[in-house]
Amino acid sequence: MTHVLAVSATSPVPARSQMGSSLGFHIILACFGVAFPAVIMTAEWIGIKRADPVAMLLARRWSKVMAVLVAVGAVSGTVLSYEMGLLWPGLMGRYGAAIGLPFSLEGIFFFLEAIFVGVYLYGWKRLSPWAHWWTGMPIVVSGILGAISVVAANSWMNSPAGYTLTNGTISSVDPVSVFFNPSTPYEATHMVLAAYMVTGFLVAGVYAVGLLRGRRDRYHRLGFGVPFAIAGIAAPLQVMMGDVLARFVAHNQPVKFAAMEYVSNTTSDAAEWLGGILINGHVYFGASIPAFDSILVGFNPHTRVIGWDSVPPAQRPPLDTLIHLSFDLMVGIGFFLFALAAWQGWWWWFHRRVLTTAWFLVPAALGGVAAVAAMEAGWVVTEVGRQPWIVYRVLLVNAAVTPSSGVTVTLAVILVLYAILTLVSIGVPMIMSRRWRREGPADEDAEQVPYGPSSAPASALGAGAGASRAEPRAPVGRAEAP
Amino acid sequence: MNPSPETIAVAAILFVVLAAYALFGGADFGGGIWDLVAGGPERGADARELIDESITPVWEANHVWLVFILVLLWTAFSVAFAAIMTALFVPLSLSLLGIVLRGAGFAFRHTAQRLRVRQFTGATFAASSLITPFFMGTVVGAVATGQVPVHPGGNVLAAWTSPTAILTGFLFVAACAYVSAVFLVLEARQRGRHALMRYFALRATAAGAVTGGLAGGTFFELSRSAPYVYHRLTGISLPLVAISIAAGIAVLAMLWLRWYHPLILRATAAVAVVTVVWGWGLAQYPYLFPTSLTLKAGSAPVDTLDAEFIVAGLAVVLVVPGFALLYYLQQRGLLTEAESDADLRLAADLRGAGGGAGAGPDRPGAVEREPVGARIGVAAVLVTLAVRAIRNVFAPGSRRG
Repeated sequence: MTHVLAVSATSPVPARSQMGSSLGFHIILACFGVAFPAVIMTAEWIGIKRADPVAMLLARRWSKVMAVLVAVGAVSGTVLSYEMGLLWPGLMGRYGAAIGLPFSLEGIFFFLEAIFVGVYLYGWKRLSPWAHWWTGMPIVVSGILGAISVVAANSWMNSPAGYTLTNGTISSVDPVSVFFNPSTPYEATHMVLAAYMVTGFLVAGVYAVGLLRGRRDRYHRLGFGVPFAIAGIAAPLQVMMGDVLARFVAHNQPVKFAAMEYVSNTTSDAAEWLGGILINGHVYFGASIPAFDSILVGFNPHTRVIGWDSVPPAQRPPLDTLIHLSFDLMVGIGFFLFALAAWQGWWWWFHRRVLTTAWFLVPAALGGVAAVAAMEAGWVVTEVGRQPWIVYRVLLVNAAVTPSSGVTVTLAVILVLYAILTLVSIGVPMIMSRRWRREGPADEDAEQVPYGPSSAPASALGAGAGASRAEPRAPVGRAEAP
Repeated sequence: MNPSPETIAVAAILFVVLAAYALFGGADFGGGIWDLVAGGPERGADARELIDESITPVWEANHVWLVFILVLLWTAFSVAFAAIMTALFVPLSLSLLGIVLRGAGFAFRHTAQRLRVRQFTGATFAASSLITPFFMGTVVGAVATGQVPVHPGGNVLAAWTSPTAILTGFLFVAACAYVSAVFLVLEARQRGRHALMRYFALRATAAGAVTGGLAGGTFFELSRSAPYVYHRLTGISLPLVAISIAAGIAVLAMLWLRWYHPLILRATAAVAVVTVVWGWGLAQYPYLFPTSLTLKAGSAPVDTLDAEFIVAGLAVVLVVPGFALLYYLQQRGLLTEAESDADLRLAADLRGAGGGAGAGPDRPGAVEREPVGARIGVAAVLVTLAVRAIRNVFAPGSRRG
């Protein structure tokens, strides 16, 4: 079929860099697309159910932030769709009939999401409160299902299934096996939980900063509590899920696992390395726990763990140190966030209050950034760990990369553009928050965002905004967005 | 030789989606084009506001059609997708650049308060509305003329810089402007803004005439560069082409008579676009790339096509009602944005802003009543120069392939 591509001598490094940076950027926004609606709707639910103007104000402000992030996320998602073809025609040309299927399904969910985002973010003014709340529900559901679909495509690259090759081309496909390939349940769950953690901890982190600066009003406590609770529920589940997934990788992609855990030779009583840099086959600066890796893999010190010596050097992933340290970072942050969530959970159980000690708030403020770091590290592990394969044990990256010249140019352009987009996605919410604080809630409605909720004073949901406007000296009136 | 019924069905779905994108995405880009040529911040304020109101709630949904096209193409017609993406790397990257800039400009222009920033982001948004359809047009031109090799070894610059492809690019831009102007007439009517209604009716007429002219030119070029497609366009596709021409003339007539029926005018304009897309599809049959790659040779196994069919069915069941709801709410004015105080303040500040604040087309103090045609002409020349420059930059790489 595509022999011409297979013999292409183009270096895949620029293409990999471009794909990596595009994915690394988009995934953060995608998290907000998947999980932010649930956070906002929780606040809105509290707002409607308890006639709570503070919760309602939070929901409306968050939805304005979401509008910006969704706009940027839609763009960076389109970039990824293009790049599948622009950078990896060898993959799509040969295996598009299989890997395209989960993407097709994702297209539907993306569509639903886009439609209801338009309705939800724009319907604040004229729709009744509960009708408006329900228009958010399709976004939550399609966000999760869309995430599962996209991750299923990535899972397929890790454990290709559901197709038959005849003379190098796909001759038949089993769509269900493609979608539910062995990795899908593990990877998809891991990613959806990650999305909720990233979003929840990032939003909570913003309000933790506000609480640290002494803005201890209900607006900030609620703004911290709602997203932190959601992320805090996801955190312990994620730690368990991560453990299960790691064991699955040990069986399904042993060479990747070997790089994650520095297992050079297939052995029982494999040691677990914490940290450490691999230089010429020696681990420096690391701490090892004897036989613990074997115990983690098979609950028994005598479990055989497959090392990277099981495949020839050309089939081993590069950058073992990066893979291992990324893995350790992800696991470490996972436990750190779990501990934070448990602490707050304990305090809430007995005192029904948000912790306000700096010992808690400083790490909590950093929790969002840490969650992002953990997620990026996780993607480094799964993507770099799969090298040199683009489809595990089926297609090499070198055979999939585009033979077109110009990838270095597009890489440079993408890096510049994404730097700008990063500024936009961080800067715009910051500008909005500063404006909110300066102008007070009464002026909140003057904001304009791509899908901004409308802002006439006589809002159908005006119970919240109206109340705060009526008594500007109530706690709400002094509420400040951090 | 004949493709299986499943292949034909999925190809038909692809062309339905293509037509939808041409219509909705086209109107969207067209809005950006009219924004670009609306004149200085003061003079163009009304038109820009209407464009903004009309596009904003449906912007993302309009855009998803493109993702659907990519997904359908790479799943059902993987070989063709890989070939297009490789050979037409440059125009596709440029159209993508337009999409990114457009989104960024769009996201930011609404929050920016300072005039300069607003102008810059607005100009970015508007200019990229021109770039994207143009380069998408060159891609379609390259495919229709059969200049995309099935197994390209790299960029194929000649494919999308042929006169036909460049003309198709301009045709796409004009068609976007035309569809959008017709829709904007109705948006203005619905909001009871009569001055804007006349404003866009005039522009719709002009754009319609330009589109017709460019379509004629492209048609003429096709007779030389793509004999197969031309032959079919004048044969089996002729009824569709005729309907398109008739609908186009009908729209012009309605605009001339100032008979702005919301449904009929919209539908007629839509028919003019949709039939021409389908006419192109029919003219290509049974080829993906005339005449080097047939649908039969380039399509995925039947299980994949069946799955795509199910996905399309799901889309009809799930997406169509959602879409209907979105447009219904938007048309009923239930999805609204605030009258922005910031805009009013801006208008007041503008007079003091002076000439130095100008960024491209938004330069204040631009000559009143400057003809739109001149601007489009200048833009066309600039785009042609840009294409040449890019061609030179990428030329060394192409010789390898």
